[in-house]
Amino acid sequence: MKTLNRLTIGLLAGAVSMILYQCKPKGPAEVTMGDAASKVYVAPGKYDEFYNIVSGGFNGQIGVYGIPSGRLFRIIPVFSLSPENGYGFSEETKPMLNTSHGQVPWDDLHHIALSTTKGEHDGRWIFANGNNTPRVARVGFKSFRTEEILEIPNSGGNHSSPFITENTEYLVAGTRFSIPMGNKDVSISSYKENFKGSISFIKVDPQTGHMSIAFQLRTPGFNFDLSRAGKGPSHGWFFFSCYNTEQAYTLLEVNASQKDKDFIMAVNWKKAEEYLAQGKGRIEKVKYAHNIYSEKTHSATSTMESQVTVLDIEQLPGVVYFIPCPKSPHGCDVDPSGEYIVGSGKLAAMMPVFSFTKIQKAIAAKEFEGDFNGIPVIKYEAALHGEVKKPGLGPLHTEFDEKGNAYTSFFVSSEIVKWNVKTLEILDRVPTYYSIGHLSVPGGPTSKPHGKYVIAYNKITKDRYLPTGPELTQSAQLYDISGEKMKLLLDFPTTGEPHYAEAIPANMISPTSTKFYKIEENENPYAAKGEGQARVERKGNQIHVYMTAIRSHLTPDNIEGVRIGDEVYFHVTNLEQDWDVPHGFAIKGATNAEILIMPGETQTLKYIPLEVGVIPFYCTDFCSALHQEMSGYLRVSQAGSKTALKFSTGIPDDQTSGAGN
Amino acid sequence: MKKLKLLSRWTIAISALLMLSAYFVPLWQILMWAPQYPEGLEMKIWINTLSGDVKIISALNHYIGMKHIEVSMFPEFTYMIYIVAFIIAIGLLTALLNRSTLLWIYVILILGAGIGALTDFYLWGYDYGHNLNPTAPIVVPGMSYQPPLIGTKQLLNFTAFSGPDIGGWIFIVAGVLTIGTLVFELYASRKSMITTMV
Repeated sequence: MKTLNRLTIGLLAGAVSMILYQCKPKGPAEVTMGDAASKVYVAPGKYDEFYNIVSGGFNGQIGVYGIPSGRLFRIIPVFSLSPENGYGFSEETKPMLNTSHGQVPWDDLHHIALSTTKGEHDGRWIFANGNNTPRVARVGFKSFRTEEILEIPNSGGNHSSPFITENTEYLVAGTRFSIPMGNKDVSISSYKENFKGSISFIKVDPQTGHMSIAFQLRTPGFNFDLSRAGKGPSHGWFFFSCYNTEQAYTLLEVNASQKDKDFIMAVNWKKAEEYLAQGKGRIEKVKYAHNIYSEKTHSATSTMESQVTVLDIEQLPGVVYFIPCPKSPHGCDVDPSGEYIVGSGKLAAMMPVFSFTKIQKAIAAKEFEGDFNGIPVIKYEAALHGEVKKPGLGPLHTEFDEKGNAYTSFFVSSEIVKWNVKTLEILDRVPTYYSIGHLSVPGGPTSKPHGKYVIAYNKITKDRYLPTGPELTQSAQLYDISGEKMKLLLDFPTTGEPHYAEAIPANMISPTSTKFYKIEENENPYAAKGEGQARVERKGNQIHVYMTAIRSHLTPDNIEGVRIGDEVYFHVTNLEQDWDVPHGFAIKGATNAEILIMPGETQTLKYIPLEVGVIPFYCTDFCSALHQEMSGYLRVSQAGSKTALKFSTGIPDDQTSGAGN
Repeated sequence: MKKLKLLSRWTIAISALLMLSAYFVPLWQILMWAPQYPEGLEMKIWINTLSGDVKIISALNHYIGMKHIEVSMFPEFTYMIYIVAFIIAIGLLTALLNRSTLLWIYVILILGAGIGALTDFYLWGYDYGHNLNPTAPIVVPGMSYQPPLIGTKQLLNFTAFSGPDIGGWIFIVAGVLTIGTLVFELYASRKSMITTMV
């Protein structure tokens, strides 16, 4: 019997392990994609259908990718130095990174907002936020260059930014961290008493795109996470997700997760404008930098601003209402119709969808459950359209297609869930590899989504690509959403850490892309618009080299008479007037970087010679068949030397001269 | 003096007026393609100037020692406007005064102008392609770079095409109309002579 039992047990164990093996979940390797390859294949020389403008997170830059191929076209330096092209290193671009703290050469770029008119993409500008040292930036869609950076005063970190209103009237900048305003030296434990939040409304000039802070809302102290403007019927309102309404200041992980519900803050900005017009604003003295790059002078200016107008919302009824939203909401997304607002409680087991009509009715009927620092809190049920039941774990963000569907990213359960905005019914779910953060449907935040794809920007990469040591590439994934079911088409790596991204049809952008700058329109004071204007001038200990670059020589390419103790400014003008003929400039021992000069442009590299000798310089961008010949020499003599200042190109100087004569 | 048929007079007038277009549209074009220029480069020749990617073409050609192309290189641009005006005037006069002798002069003028222009263009092209700067960065022994007179030619990495532009084609149409008229007149007069003889 014993033997038989043993045999039976053995057989059973074998059978069980077989069953268990069979039940082992299928890995990603087994995800078949059918005709996916043909759907993402863009033949050589052909163009992608969409531009994907992707935030670079901690690289402080913006990546420009093609969809559906996932190919990277360009990295636009925004808040970070770029030795690759001299952004932040050249004399012309240094002012772009100026702040009230001085030069801040890096930031954490999280969110992208493409300009809209009547709620639809208009292809004018890209806006982006700097999360760490609060800033917003504007990038032009013609040049794909950073044209403006505005620092945000009274902010502890610019996270809920730069979301925009329907006609790009405003973009917002909500503080992630509340802080004691006015650089006060107070105890951290005095949070409730001293700490305040701040939301800036930044006006955008419709012609120039120039940004200015119209007003700031002073709010109770907690954390602002994300936001979206109303559109269509809800135009005039803005919605912000708030967490840490517990007002914790230590171990937020636990202490800011205590309350069952935090808030979505609904802001009636038209009402705020009225108060502002009535003079209800209070002028506050602050200090913040405003940096503008001009395509005419090819250089930036930095202006230090000194004041903002503050509206204290606790004293101004009708501007702000709170809507309870479960468990530390993150995403706060408004659907294309402008009627529904989706709150994504990071720790909640369901997702509430609020109705703008119901919010208005609740306000009119005063259906409040109380107040927070005097600000009315609307009854949850009175504002609620309905809840999406058991959608997944860790909802973060929601984007929309043109057919009334929503796509929500779930970090914890690592998936995208498709659901119907009106019926709240879950329609489909697909896994992401791994732990998706933001997601993007082309035109997803606008009144008229372009649809077709959803792109996942994942937080964890792990085994998706060949390993490269402990630091891995970032992982984005493209899904086809044209049918009933979402289909994974492509994995593509990205730079930095992508947060939010937007995609826009290529045909709205590519026809007007700048090919080169017209030399006759170059207003840089140091431009040499022709080899006849190339020269070297001494002003005290400053040497100004007005240099020209054209295939395949620099003028002048022989410079003598520079002494130790001089500062040399190489103002290089690219005389080319053709597409894709940049020149570069670098000189041995320069402690900054190189500069790239686009056709028709002037850029300046500062160089301080520290050693006597003859120093070579050369063109760094392989421009032509004789690129290797595009070089020159700078003679550096000792301090006080009598070597005459002279310069030339193409005239051999046969005179043999000893050192220091 | 022999008279012309009414149809002939109208055709001659139209051919003369067609040539007025020479003052408003380019007459000739040179197109170039290279691996780096899939979109092509173009140079348009007008009655009194040049247009298109002349600077870029010059910048590229300096490597092989070709001259910088400038409008001032061509004295033709200063007097071509008068030559064309003269031809048009003769055409209109022919129609107005109704003289077959004038038609002969008009035809000869048009043919002469066409042959003259092509010869002139060939001579310039020969000089431009052969008279190279000896210190040019790229010297290919025995190589010259004369652009094609009409048609397509491979020059190092460039494929060059030369041919009439809109104005040139209109000129050709005007020429064909005029010569056609002359042939028609000759044919008609021969026929009438035969008829008279019979």
